[in-house]
Amino acid sequence: MAFDFLVQLLVNGFIIGLLYGVVAMSFVLIYKSSQVVNFAQGEFLLVGAWACWWLLAKFSIPFYMAFLLTLLFMMLFGILVQIIILKPLIGEPIISIIMVTIGLSIFFQAIMNWMFGVFTEPFPQIFSSESLNIFGLNVQTAYLMSGLISIFIMISFALFFKKSKLGLAMRATAFDQQAAQSLGVSIKQVFAAAWAISAMVSAVAGVVFGIVNGISSGIAFMGIKVFPAVILGGLDSVLGAILGGLVIGLLEHLAHYIDVQFLNIGNLIRIAPFYALIIILMIKPYGFFGTKDIERV
Amino acid sequence: MNLKNSRPCGDFRTSYHKDMSMFDDKKGFYLICLGILFLIFSPLYLDSYLISLLIYIGFYAIAALGLNILVGFTGQISVGHAVFFGFGAFASAWLNNNFAIPVFFCIPIAAILTALVGLLFGIPAARVKGLYLAIATLAAQFIMEDFFSRASWFTGGVDGASAEPLKIFGIFFDTDTKYFFIVLFWVVISFILATNILRTRDGRAFLAVRDHYLSAEMMGINLTKYRILSFGISSFFAGLGGALYGHYLNFVSIEEFNIQLSITFLAMIIIGGLGSVRGSMMGAAFMVLLPEIMDWLTRSLAGTPIDNALSLSEAIPFIKEASIGLVIILFLIFEPNGLAYRWGQIRAWFKLYPFSY
Repeated sequence: MAFDFLVQLLVNGFIIGLLYGVVAMSFVLIYKSSQVVNFAQGEFLLVGAWACWWLLAKFSIPFYMAFLLTLLFMMLFGILVQIIILKPLIGEPIISIIMVTIGLSIFFQAIMNWMFGVFTEPFPQIFSSESLNIFGLNVQTAYLMSGLISIFIMISFALFFKKSKLGLAMRATAFDQQAAQSLGVSIKQVFAAAWAISAMVSAVAGVVFGIVNGISSGIAFMGIKVFPAVILGGLDSVLGAILGGLVIGLLEHLAHYIDVQFLNIGNLIRIAPFYALIIILMIKPYGFFGTKDIERV
Repeated sequence: MNLKNSRPCGDFRTSYHKDMSMFDDKKGFYLICLGILFLIFSPLYLDSYLISLLIYIGFYAIAALGLNILVGFTGQISVGHAVFFGFGAFASAWLNNNFAIPVFFCIPIAAILTALVGLLFGIPAARVKGLYLAIATLAAQFIMEDFFSRASWFTGGVDGASAEPLKIFGIFFDTDTKYFFIVLFWVVISFILATNILRTRDGRAFLAVRDHYLSAEMMGINLTKYRILSFGISSFFAGLGGALYGHYLNFVSIEEFNIQLSITFLAMIIIGGLGSVRGSMMGAAFMVLLPEIMDWLTRSLAGTPIDNALSLSEAIPFIKEASIGLVIILFLIFEPNGLAYRWGQIRAWFKLYPFSY
């Protein structure tokens, strides 16, 4: 029994971890290309999930259409946020950037609560069967799908950065902004693209999360859970973000297992990632793959 | 940064004594004295609701002052100030309930205890800076919130802790009007204290650490020491504000000190002005009055088509919350130096009138 429970938790942890990885990836994308620490990443998930839910519930269009419309909307949303809010703050000290994204997160959370209420709304049924049986393990279809989608996003991310011209431009900008600019890369486009992609990917994660657990403002907490993941992986490493997300997802479910089986103190699933975060910052502040800041005078 | 410290022309600091003075000029000193005098007599002409708002401004201003010393003067970002505020509130209630120390002494002792906790937190925090520190304090916020809900010997757990009203010489300070004077007393003390801390060697060291920490270190300033010290001082003020808060409400609940409150403190110092003592007060006043203004706005719109279309009256809590986010964004974009800078501009305009440059 206990072993089954552990395996079940680890599978769930793995899939949730993949989802963390996706969100962490979109966080890292923004940080890497425009040096903005986005405390409002969770609200991107929330806005995306609510937009998709609204389209489905209001117009009862097929899921894939609602999904595509949501992606389109989130693309515009990301670009608008970048142009209106973040652009005037280029070159300001880091506290201003952090505060403006915190302000954004409060603002959008309040607006979403206002528009859609504070109660959890379930997503309309999308899959015919609730859960699948794989090797004797009960896996929710939505979880399985979320895992597949996460892996799909990660692969397309890798291809995008490796093969496409815009991806190359973004890598160049992340590497050296001035050099990229002098070689004809349009920084404006790169910033806008980074925010648009990040918002779209977040929206996918938000929709997936909404399908699994229903939509409430709790989704926005993913945006905070992302910090342990990105710190573990290194703030400016996409690969690190994925690994960090996986490790944090597994870690919190393992902590939950230990909590339920041995300690019985409760709430450890929520708090364990933050202990991990503090420990990582103490012993390895730049994470596994992060670039070390070397300061010369 | 230079913008904030700029002085109007004609304000020459011709001696060290003048440069180190607490107030810009005699007029500033008189203005503040006049303001305090007005506040002392305010119970005569303000009703008890407005007095309670003033009390809120008072203890929030003390806590914001602490955060401003940390963020505005030392350049260390903290997203977990609310837990120190909460720790002060719980510590004061705990001291009073378990050791029968009079409340009047509990408040400063709680502040000192909070300062010790802050020093403890400052030791790991001194190793990281900037963004990493912000994320570390964010984690500390959640860990401490978790601690509050577990440590029922200290906080009363989910039931919360009850805090006795303040009593001096047999007089209970349990009404708004009476308690107002206690808060005013501590506000004046802590603002004088903070101003003076910033005039000392340690205060100048904080500024040096903020402006260029490498140069500061080369000039012989012990970075680790001052970063930890700054955390301690900031927590002291947070604890003081929290203790006053606890004994005002007579009840401390573990749910008050969440991340929203931390963000509100950050908003106060951003709006008031980073690195400005009087800005902390202005920011606290702004953030306390903002929900009231939104409330008033919604009520004055009641019955109009706008109200009917958006059903504003039901959405007041969301409007208040959204307005907090919005003012943070708007201030950062349009007035990044805060209200204190604007106030300085207004003072300068009057000083230079009619020949402004």
